[in-house]
Amino acid sequence: MSYRVVCYINQFYGGKGGEEVADFKPELVEGPVGPGLELQKLFGDEARVIGTIICGDGYYAEHIEKARAECLKIVEDLKPDLFVAGPAFNAGRYGVACGDICAAITQSLDIPSLTGMFPENPGVELYRAQTFIVKTEGSARGMKQALTSMARLGLKLIKGELLGPAYEEGYIHRGIRKNFFKDKRGSLRAIDILLQKIAGQEFRTEYEMPTFKKIPPAPPIKDIKHATIALVTSGGIVPRGNPDRLRVSSAESYAKYDISGLDDLTPDEFESIHGGYDRMWANLDPDVVVPLDVMRELEREGVFGKLHPYLYTTTGTGTSVANAERFGQEIGRELKEAGVDGVILTST
Amino acid sequence: MQLKLHKVKVRDVRWGDVTKVQEGVLYVDKASALEAVKDDAFAKVDLELARPGESIRIIPVKDCIQPRVKLSGGKEYFPGFCAPLQRAGDGATLVLDGAAVVTCGSIVAFQEGFIDMSGQGARYTPFSETNNVVLVVEPTDGLDKHKYEAALRIAGLKLATYLAKACMDTKADEVATFEKGSIAEESAKFPGLPKILYVCMSIAQGLLHDTYVYGTDVKMSFPFLLHPNEVLDGAVVSGNCVSACDKNTTYHHVNNPVVRDLYERHGKDLNFLGVVISPESTVLAGKERNARMSAAIGADLGANGAVITEEGYGNPDTDLCLTAKYFEEAGIRTVVISDEAAGTDGKSQSLADATPEMNAFVSTGNVNEMIVVPPMQKVIGDPKAIALLSGGSAESLWEDGSMYVELQSVIGSTVEIGYSQVGCEWV
Repeated sequence: MSYRVVCYINQFYGGKGGEEVADFKPELVEGPVGPGLELQKLFGDEARVIGTIICGDGYYAEHIEKARAECLKIVEDLKPDLFVAGPAFNAGRYGVACGDICAAITQSLDIPSLTGMFPENPGVELYRAQTFIVKTEGSARGMKQALTSMARLGLKLIKGELLGPAYEEGYIHRGIRKNFFKDKRGSLRAIDILLQKIAGQEFRTEYEMPTFKKIPPAPPIKDIKHATIALVTSGGIVPRGNPDRLRVSSAESYAKYDISGLDDLTPDEFESIHGGYDRMWANLDPDVVVPLDVMRELEREGVFGKLHPYLYTTTGTGTSVANAERFGQEIGRELKEAGVDGVILTST
Repeated sequence: MQLKLHKVKVRDVRWGDVTKVQEGVLYVDKASALEAVKDDAFAKVDLELARPGESIRIIPVKDCIQPRVKLSGGKEYFPGFCAPLQRAGDGATLVLDGAAVVTCGSIVAFQEGFIDMSGQGARYTPFSETNNVVLVVEPTDGLDKHKYEAALRIAGLKLATYLAKACMDTKADEVATFEKGSIAEESAKFPGLPKILYVCMSIAQGLLHDTYVYGTDVKMSFPFLLHPNEVLDGAVVSGNCVSACDKNTTYHHVNNPVVRDLYERHGKDLNFLGVVISPESTVLAGKERNARMSAAIGADLGANGAVITEEGYGNPDTDLCLTAKYFEEAGIRTVVISDEAAGTDGKSQSLADATPEMNAFVSTGNVNEMIVVPPMQKVIGDPKAIALLSGGSAESLWEDGSMYVELQSVIGSTVEIGYSQVGCEWV
């Protein structure tokens, strides 16, 4: 028995016409049509294209919810093992339609899906994380190559085979870093790359530099005498016993503790659970990480208005930038709502 | 300089009346070995054996050391620690190849790791393939952590030296020669080959994050040049209690794959200038200074390229960026080797810092990726230690003894000198 595949193509590849029939409503045709014919050849006996949905690019773009629901219904009835859309090359509306329907089918019906696009197609950024988008040329000149990659990846997806890195499988990556066992150890790969770089040859870096967001600092506090100041730390100071089970490294949460009745963080009540530094002194006196004692003195002396009643704490070691950013946004929002004017962030 | 490593292959380890290697089996006389590591700092010292393929977990592990001793060109091993201050890298050294000393003890609690001798976890650590003599200690009551670290570090070195010394008369199965003249001599010999410097960044941050060279803590040191043979012959020792995955253990230093691979290609497609040890500082001024000074050494030596390796993650990412930047600015092409902290789902950006000059990046894996390791029949140390290790949590240890942990809790799993074949890619 061969696997069952359903394809999706636009009115042009479906042979219905060009822009003048872009409002063509989704229609199911039995068997392969257009690029599907070649795809069927590539699948051989392993998989069979049982039907093809033809839909106008204009129709999908202008009635996205309706078009998606109509296509989903058709695919749900057919129960294929794989859904293939496009390839859309650099056609914007077609790319978005392919990405959207693929994402919806995988998400709602749990059927693997894939499409093909030129990396600059707007559909790529919108849907790369939700489906597999094979990298294609900018135009249909690259049809043969695109379909070859799509057929190969499609069969792997149907069979649930372990996939290699995106660049080897030929799809545009979904923004996920994954560990692999490689052919050569790291030192050898590094020397190869370095010699290629020195010789002015092409080389492939294994990680492109991320772009960091630049966060503009808040304006200075105008009236420190009446300002409310909060203490926030990534130094892992928690009540003894770590009641909220903050992780010692790679934190995925932060915690909030009431310090309004305290003048000092004593080792009897607080400890550091941070997995990235020598905690000896922090555990003798947690104030060296969260300076509550000094802040209370300054508060009494009137150096600043008052100390915010809550301490926010997490562990900053091996913590992913994505989680750190989320903590910052959430804590920042709460502090802003509480009328806090300034924050002392202590790191370790 | 010429270094000959006389490798005695060790395929098994057993207890014996006399410490020796016979037909590939390392026999350990437990009483004498314990005598060699005696220290007032320890209330209790014990030795255990762990062989490749056995159902054994060792946790928490501090350091791993390859048993070695000088046969000629020096005495004992690890100058500045267990040997007088002699220059490492000349003469002959006996290596018990296939054996390792593993030091085990909960010093910082968070910053040790584990080794599984079989199962999924074994794939990620080189020490599942070595025949291990495991040193398990309990410190005396109230022993200061820094004294505890020093005592365990030195005990490990002593045990490694003791084992090798007892086997000094054994005939080597293989002799590997590492020979290289002065930079001037080699450059005259190979005028057409690109001159490559290796910058080995090493954690030197105090607070139990230390690297020692010739017995000296390099925390207050500037970057300095070593002959590759010195690195391969015990000049560099780990004193690190930092995340298990990417600290260079003492075993890694003497087997540094960047040094070995550059050596292998020396005179063929490159001219290997030497190794710069660049301390990773805690403060930005230190990072700036050491990055600039490393690049200056490269420029003065006329380097065309540099391999730069990180140790640790997080703030050392800045040392890595600055070093790559200043080398590139000096016209010296660079490649860096580093691991990544991309989150347990792999979806976060991987580094704490970035610079456009760092455009040639070799990845040794995402430290946060989750793995499940099966239960082991025997645990050397404390199975519950995983709750506190970096990469573990209170929920990590399952009832049946399996563990669900981040890769970073495995010793040597993402070590950034490119020792293993693990690497991260986009999917």
